[in-house]
Amino acid sequence: MLAAHPWWAALGGGILIGVAASLLLAANGRIAGVSGIAGGLVNGWWQSDPAGQQARRELPWRALFLVGLIAGGGLGAWLIGAPVVERPGASVGLLALAGVLVGYGTALGGGCTSGHGVCGLARLSRRSIVATAIFLGTALVTTYVARHVLGLAL
Amino acid sequence: MTTPTPKRALNFGAASFVCGLVFGLGLVVAGMTDPRKVLGFLDLAGAWDPSLAFVLGGAVGFSAVAFRGVLRQARPWFSEVFRLPARTDIDSALVIGAVLFGVGWGLVGYCPGPAIVSLAWGNAEAWVLVPAMLAGAALQWWHARRRLPAQTSVRGDRESLASTES
Repeated sequence: MLAAHPWWAALGGGILIGVAASLLLAANGRIAGVSGIAGGLVNGWWQSDPAGQQARRELPWRALFLVGLIAGGGLGAWLIGAPVVERPGASVGLLALAGVLVGYGTALGGGCTSGHGVCGLARLSRRSIVATAIFLGTALVTTYVARHVLGLAL
Repeated sequence: MTTPTPKRALNFGAASFVCGLVFGLGLVVAGMTDPRKVLGFLDLAGAWDPSLAFVLGGAVGFSAVAFRGVLRQARPWFSEVFRLPARTDIDSALVIGAVLFGVGWGLVGYCPGPAIVSLAWGNAEAWVLVPAMLAGAALQWWHARRRLPAQTSVRGDRESLASTES
């Protein structure tokens, strides 16, 4: 693991994310929004209307992107090590709840930190600016409540 | 309109994989696959870790400049059109969706990208979180379909149909 994970690693990693998103747009004309890519993979199977047919056509590249994502994680872990996370407060129930909220919320809101937070802000999208402000603000409040009001060990 | 060729389709697929690879690598290098680092930023009352701000700053900063250049192209290298969300309205779905996502994210410190990436090293938490995430997405699609039977696609897909071709 990078010792103490310096700020320039955070910045460098962020730039890599920007490079990936810009490359996907330049090469394929697609937005690198992970919730849309993963969600589309789950939901692209059983839709028969024209929109559904388009979603099915998007399945192959989305699958390749997700495989790449995991491969990138493996590469990163090999290069600098992967975090081993053991948190007493992260029960199965809480993780499942959080997961459903993230999956449902990002599908409903049309994006996540990559789709809205990176790509949307980069495009100065009004919807993304509002969405990012809301999910960031909500997350700040939630973390405070979880850690300091409920006292969860997360 | 140029005809899609097998070579372009191959390039399109390869580019998708490479972009995912760089994206995943970036997330690990940035430290964002450690939910404790993410919560370290979100926990303003704790020992504050500004890392996430640097990550977003780097990502948005680079993309803001690069996107402008990219979108001046007539079309993408391996595709017909840019598939960009066209909506500009702020509706209740956007707001409620963002709130729900924010709660989920703020609880355990995972958003979709880092959760999926951490499957690479068998992160135990991700084994629960990722399926739950996918279930949540499927549930939202199902709910939307029940309310508006004529529109059976995921919101995100409907948005992505709008293009900038001219």
